[in-house]
Amino acid sequence: MLELVTISTLNGVLYGMLLFLMASGLTLIFSMMGVLNFAHASFYMLGAFFGFQIEQMLGFWPAFFVAPVLVGGVGALVERYGLRYVHRHGPVAELLFTFGLAFVIVEIVQMIWGKGPVDYRVPPSLDFSAFTVFSTNYPAYKMFELATAVAIFALLFGVLTRTRVGLIIQASLTHPHMVAMLGHNVPRVFMLVFGVGSGLAAVAGVIAGPALITQSNMAAALGPILFVVVVVGGLGSLAGAFLASLLIGLVQTFAVSVNLSVADVLGSIGVAPPTGGLLSDVWTVTVAQIAPIIPYLLLVLILIFRPVGLLGTREH
Amino acid sequence: MSDVASDVAKLPARSGLHSAAPALAARLAPWIVLAAAFAILPTIFSSGSALTMLSLMGIMIVFALSYNMLLGETGLLSFGHAVYYGLGGFLTVHVMNVVIHDKLPVPLPLVPLVGAVAGLFFGIVFGSVSTRRAATAFAMISLGIGELVASSSLILRGFFGGEEGVSTNRTKLLHVLALNFGPQIQVYYLIAAWCLACMAAMYALRRTPFGRMCNAVRENPERVQFVGYNPRTIRFIAFSFAGLFAGVAGALSAVNFELVNSATVGAEQSGLVLLAAYIGGIGNFAGPVIGAILVTWLEVMLSDVTDVWQLYFGLLFIGVVMFAPRGIAGLLMMHEPLWRAGAYGALLRLAPTYLLALVPGLMLVAGLILVIEMTYHLSVRASEGPTITLFHVAVDTTSALPWGAAAVLLCGGLLLLRLTRPVVGAAWQDAFVRAQAAGRGK
Repeated sequence: MLELVTISTLNGVLYGMLLFLMASGLTLIFSMMGVLNFAHASFYMLGAFFGFQIEQMLGFWPAFFVAPVLVGGVGALVERYGLRYVHRHGPVAELLFTFGLAFVIVEIVQMIWGKGPVDYRVPPSLDFSAFTVFSTNYPAYKMFELATAVAIFALLFGVLTRTRVGLIIQASLTHPHMVAMLGHNVPRVFMLVFGVGSGLAAVAGVIAGPALITQSNMAAALGPILFVVVVVGGLGSLAGAFLASLLIGLVQTFAVSVNLSVADVLGSIGVAPPTGGLLSDVWTVTVAQIAPIIPYLLLVLILIFRPVGLLGTREH
Repeated sequence: MSDVASDVAKLPARSGLHSAAPALAARLAPWIVLAAAFAILPTIFSSGSALTMLSLMGIMIVFALSYNMLLGETGLLSFGHAVYYGLGGFLTVHVMNVVIHDKLPVPLPLVPLVGAVAGLFFGIVFGSVSTRRAATAFAMISLGIGELVASSSLILRGFFGGEEGVSTNRTKLLHVLALNFGPQIQVYYLIAAWCLACMAAMYALRRTPFGRMCNAVRENPERVQFVGYNPRTIRFIAFSFAGLFAGVAGALSAVNFELVNSATVGAEQSGLVLLAAYIGGIGNFAGPVIGAILVTWLEVMLSDVTDVWQLYFGLLFIGVVMFAPRGIAGLLMMHEPLWRAGAYGALLRLAPTYLLALVPGLMLVAGLILVIEMTYHLSVRASEGPTITLFHVAVDTTSALPWGAAAVLLCGGLLLLRLTRPVVGAAWQDAFVRAQAAGRGK
């Protein structure tokens, strides 16, 4: 039991940190431009595929550094030549533009790398077990993922709160006109934030790709959960996104290991659940089976009881 | 753009006050024409595949129009509209199976009512949660609910039928007027009748005071509150109605295919209806109809021609979002003021400039097609040899010539488009000025 809790906590924190790598960029972009970037998970996927391609040509470490920069560049171009142009048509058009972009990126990835998974593997230099908890060997690569995510989190936090650039970014979030009057190029700040946000998502993709399966449905699988994170945390709240990422990471990881169903619970107190009927599955599915829908249930509950999200302050 | 709009406002209307009777006739005329078109279409396109496509179009029209009630009329951007379509379909199939099993006296033409009730029910349930918020938050909630239902559909196998879905047999229901609904043509007329009824209902709804309040909520919710309405309530009612009509569409699809599977509640279906409504043009009643017809046609035709048809779809969508945010209907409606003012000559004079702009447009499209098809072939289908056939021309994807041609087409198209744009713009201005002058002369 203790072993299970330890391993699940480690995995949950890791998953949560990966989610936060993406959610942070998404939140920054949202608070700045008021656009929830639908294509954000697509940049994560692009990160994984660029990482795979560069790894094939140059090895893992170049991929680790180059792929996020490339994807960040793509993101900046998208902002400069796409979003900025669409901005004149209003927020719905902006959201739909990113929606269409996500659609197109998936198709392009399928066009180039096919629909099946690609062989993106953990590099040999990181393919050993870091330590043994009870009887489970914990892979070093997962520790590497965790370390990377924490390092980037610290870096992001430092840049935002301790540097001049961070100051300008924070000011642009709330008072873009004032920042522009002070002589800063606010559109360029937007482009920078969009690019860096996409790059962060790509970092998550590069390091998660070998651990998960790198294929063209990975954006569609993760994108909705990412939106749950930012809405549950409170739209526009970076701290809320952090909290929600960890929460959802832990909840989903723990749920997978719980093999309990309503029928079991009812059975233990001596009540037999009804059998037969179209919805009889409701009684027999286990918590592990409904793990994929728990984030969405959480979303609905949060919206009923605390519509602004965990740490959100304003209604959007 | 704004100067054109102000010009439009100054254009004289062609006719003054109508008397009541011709006004009614004029109002009914489009519907009579539409009904006649629905009746005649299968005699023109009588092949089996054409009938199937017409049926699909009818279903999609209802679905896209129900989506338009949200996005177009009320300004609610939903990413989970397929939930009501799919659940309407599932309940329809289950009810049909019960009817067949218990031999209840229910004829097939009434079955879509089940979808309507189911759609309305789930619209009320999920709407009460999601319409508390508007704008981006609403969009995210709709996405979350969509994912919730889509994921549940793979877990609750009893209701959703797992991978293979739930099937039924539409011919086993009570037969009226010797119709057994076995042949596709009978199903087509059933769909057409329901489609027409739903179109009329939705058109009527948007012209009621409630419909106007929906528009007001879209434009300025704060003002709506000042007038004494609760925008949340209006969003909720609109959402429930949209669920109702989506449910009808789902039921029609269930009747058409005699099968519903979990894909009908999925994100892809939600995305498709969004694409259809938006490409056609939201906010204009004809828009989603045009979009539904075009998207269904493209889906069937393109998927025959190319494997990457969804990429073309996505690019078309992005193109519409960027350059024609009012959709195809919006582009057509730009000419309406000229038409109303009776400036047919001006309209005619616009035609050559459009033809002029068409040339670089086609070049651009041809270049894109070349690049996409050759890339796809080289990366995924390289094992089948280097040659592909595009527009009846054999193209060697490994030689430099087609790539060069594609580059020339793309760059040339872009360049020429930049050159022709001011020409078209000037022709526009000119047409309006002439129409205005003609109006003053009268």
